[in-house]
Amino acid sequence: MSKILEIENLTVSFGGFKALNNLNFSLDSGELRVIIGPNGAGKTTFLDVITGKVQPTKGRVLFKGKDLKKIPEYKISRMGIGRKFQTPRVYLNLTAKENLDLVCNRKKNVLPTLFGQSDHSEQRTVAGLLETIGLDKRANLLANLLSHGEKQRLEIGMLVAQSPDLLLVDEPAAGLTDEETENVGALLLSLAESHSIIAIEHDMEFVRQIANDKVTVLHQGALLCEGKMDEVQNDPRVIEVYLGEAPENIEH
Amino acid sequence: MNSETGIQTKKRKRKNKVIETSVIIALFIILAVILPVVIPAFRLRLVGRFLSLAIVALGIDLIWGYTGLLSLGHGIFFALGGYALAMHLNLQIPEGKIPEFFTLYGVEKLPWIWQPFYSFPVTILALIIIPGIVAGLIGYLVFRNRIKGVYFSILTQAALLVFYNFFNGQQELINGTNGLKTDTEKIFGVLASSPNAQRGFYVTTVILLGLVYLLCRWLTSGRFGRLLMAIRDDETRVRFSGYNPTGYKVLVFGISGAIAGIAGALYTVQTGIINPSIMQVAFSIEMVIWVAVGGRGTLIGAILGTMLVRLAQTSLSESFPEIWLFFQGALFLTVVTVLPDGIVGWFKDYGSPKLRSLIRRDQPLVTYPSLVEDPEVQQERDEIGGRR
Amino acid sequence: MSTLLEGLFNGISIGSVLLIAALGLAIIFGLMGVINLAHGELIMLGAYSTFVVQNIFKLFGDPWFDFYIIVAIPVAFVVSAAVGIILERGAIRFLYGRPLETLLATWGVSLILQQFVRSVSWLLVISLGIFCLLFFGGMQLVKSRTDWQRVKTKAIALLLPLGAAIAIAFYFLLSKNSALSTPWFSSRNVDVTAPAWLRGGTDALGFQIPYARLFIIGLTLLCLLGVYWFLQRSTWGLKIRSVTQNRTMSSCLGIPTAKVDALTFALGSGLAGIAGCAVSLLGSVGPNTGQNYIIDTFMVVVVGGVGNLLGAILAAMGIGILSYLIGSGTLALVLTNLKAPQSLLDFFFFFASSSMAKVMVFALIIIFLQIKPAGLFPQKGRTAEL
Repeated sequence: MSKILEIENLTVSFGGFKALNNLNFSLDSGELRVIIGPNGAGKTTFLDVITGKVQPTKGRVLFKGKDLKKIPEYKISRMGIGRKFQTPRVYLNLTAKENLDLVCNRKKNVLPTLFGQSDHSEQRTVAGLLETIGLDKRANLLANLLSHGEKQRLEIGMLVAQSPDLLLVDEPAAGLTDEETENVGALLLSLAESHSIIAIEHDMEFVRQIANDKVTVLHQGALLCEGKMDEVQNDPRVIEVYLGEAPENIEH
Repeated sequence: MNSETGIQTKKRKRKNKVIETSVIIALFIILAVILPVVIPAFRLRLVGRFLSLAIVALGIDLIWGYTGLLSLGHGIFFALGGYALAMHLNLQIPEGKIPEFFTLYGVEKLPWIWQPFYSFPVTILALIIIPGIVAGLIGYLVFRNRIKGVYFSILTQAALLVFYNFFNGQQELINGTNGLKTDTEKIFGVLASSPNAQRGFYVTTVILLGLVYLLCRWLTSGRFGRLLMAIRDDETRVRFSGYNPTGYKVLVFGISGAIAGIAGALYTVQTGIINPSIMQVAFSIEMVIWVAVGGRGTLIGAILGTMLVRLAQTSLSESFPEIWLFFQGALFLTVVTVLPDGIVGWFKDYGSPKLRSLIRRDQPLVTYPSLVEDPEVQQERDEIGGRR
Repeated sequence: MSTLLEGLFNGISIGSVLLIAALGLAIIFGLMGVINLAHGELIMLGAYSTFVVQNIFKLFGDPWFDFYIIVAIPVAFVVSAAVGIILERGAIRFLYGRPLETLLATWGVSLILQQFVRSVSWLLVISLGIFCLLFFGGMQLVKSRTDWQRVKTKAIALLLPLGAAIAIAFYFLLSKNSALSTPWFSSRNVDVTAPAWLRGGTDALGFQIPYARLFIIGLTLLCLLGVYWFLQRSTWGLKIRSVTQNRTMSSCLGIPTAKVDALTFALGSGLAGIAGCAVSLLGSVGPNTGQNYIIDTFMVVVVGGVGNLLGAILAAMGIGILSYLIGSGTLALVLTNLKAPQSLLDFFFFFASSSMAKVMVFALIIIFLQIKPAGLFPQKGRTAEL
């Protein structure tokens, strides 16, 4: 199976503090990978590097075999990486439909956007997506007025509208009720059929729901262990990191 | 169900469009046809000046209200447009001669910068394109480094000061502090200060105000406009959605600069002179407050705000020049703290529902879709909800 | 060589004034993300305070007059700091998180302050007093009622116009009385006479070094040390730094963020006052004095980066020295002596005036920002940019 994402010896340091330390990681295409790890383990920085928000200090990130160094975020996004943020970030002053329509736009340069209109296939995609994320009845409501869970779903919808090959999802279940969490989980699983996904999560219940493939544990910016959910759960190192004395706690 | 509500919103949109168009046409007729007949010439000149300022306010609204870029340096583009037209007027002299002020500084040959302004079409092009390009360039140098927010604002202010100093220092080129007079010059063989020419300028201003309004309307209503708002609300997200915000910001800032250029040219010929003092820091910030008073993010608010503030200024500063500055300062403070969405925003949020309830035409409340589509609830609403 | 040294010295003294002013601005900006457009007017107020103190000391006669500047510095600090606190409590605190609106609001304040200095007279002061008495006194009265929250808006809506109307009526009734309504300063510039020991200079390095400029440089060093000590060593400094880094967390830990805000604003504004004191030694002072310094001060903050004293120092000195070397023509002269090519000379002579130097320096700043967009010492880490 071909690798969609490969990360080699990745180090990121902020003025002496190593957020990521010599990290190696790879993802098969079509895989759904869950990343867990205590706070300050470098999970979000990990996504920042992949999406080009932060430049690696050392090492490299290969997406479909292409080095992502010095490529601006918007180009990385166009190459097929979509990202969902920790807190839902949708455009609050646009309606749900407009939110999706913006992302769905296939020609994202200035002039085509200015002169172009959304064509039929795009409109169909938007309508379909609205239904998938269960917001078809709220399509013309400002995103501002949506509930937290609806915003989470809208953002996932926006992600899909980009039609990326790799989805990066940062804590999709944060702040959701159990029922909503399960909905989002089901949504992710159905998306996993046609996308590669990296999901960062704290909620172990949720992780168990979606982690059919491997789970990766990050700790202090480095890879702690990797494997099936049960293996990881019983790994003494993981238990120590999560529950143990952790004398070298670097959280802040 | 969904398609039905879709049709309904479409119908409402069309109705709104009809109302909007008719209001615009009515205003246009009042401004362009009736007003010139009714009010005396010097007042008309004043109104013309206000209207040209409303044009620049539209430009500011485009970048501040919609895109979230607060420019404190629009005086630059305003002045560039004004100077372009003033140069053309100053060249309406017999062949081989050069404008009189040059002799003061011992300049005998027309500087090359002046050459293109002999031609009227080139001038018109220049007064739109030069400010546009200068704005685009400044924008590009700033935006490409992701400098934004207050940094952008104070950089534009610094740029304004720089242009101010530059124009003041260039006596041999553009008459420095004294500026260029247009009232004593001719356009198409007519004295620019003559009533006929002034009426022509006035009508042109009204027409251009309408055109610029339509342009801004077009820019802000489609996908492009929604993207501008998206940039305003969350630029990082826009980037991760595959758009490069820099290009959009540069374009919209350039357009805004070009609009300011047009406004500057119209303002200049209706004032009679242009000099570097138009690029004083205070004037450029004032432009922003017009938009703020009217309501940013609404085009009509920009126009309304400009007219109101300028009217207040003329009436107040004529009788009590001291008080005007106090008043203006207080205006800045109160609008920002008490009325952040301006008059139009306030009207939309409070005034219009109040007014509707007075004439018993409340808007139906929007509630959860499951309730909205419940036939029982709908029937109830038809019976009582609509007219309380 | 000595021309170059002289140029450097003068540049440093210009940079010193910028630095005191920029310190205040940078501290405020670092803490609250607020750019205070009225900062220039706070400088101006400091300069006017110096003028007033000087006039009072003139009454005391000669031996005392020489030391007025020692008193003027703290007075300028206190006056500007007080105005700063009023500004923060009265307007800016309602606008946190909305930096662009704050920009506009502070501009409004700067307009008011400028006009205030032009037209301040006993009459205006009394009228203002009446207004404050009516409005705040009335509010105090209403506050003692139990249903205070409910009638608050109504009370403001009633008392504000009423108080204003009575005060304005009073002002206009008495405005014919010339003794009361003569402006204190009017819009003309005023001159501050430096004390005898600051006049003249020394010929140390082959050129005239004015004592006044030396004094300003010394004052700047003192301010720097003071600010450094305050921020790094004092309890309140620690609180300010903690709020700068994480407002919410600090608030949860029981740090009174509102107090910290006010204190920081007072400190920053007070520094502007001291800068004003220094400015008054360099030349005459008018209502527009602040405007002459403010944009350069902003540029210091932009170039220096936020939350770093060293950045501010380097940026202020850099901008001060460059402006002076280019603007005074020193650079052009030095190049002439070095027999530089004619085109280069023409280029530098073209920019050899203080206004054209601003053009050049701005261009250099823009070029600099292409390389280091976040200033000399950008903040790093995940929180740096959202």
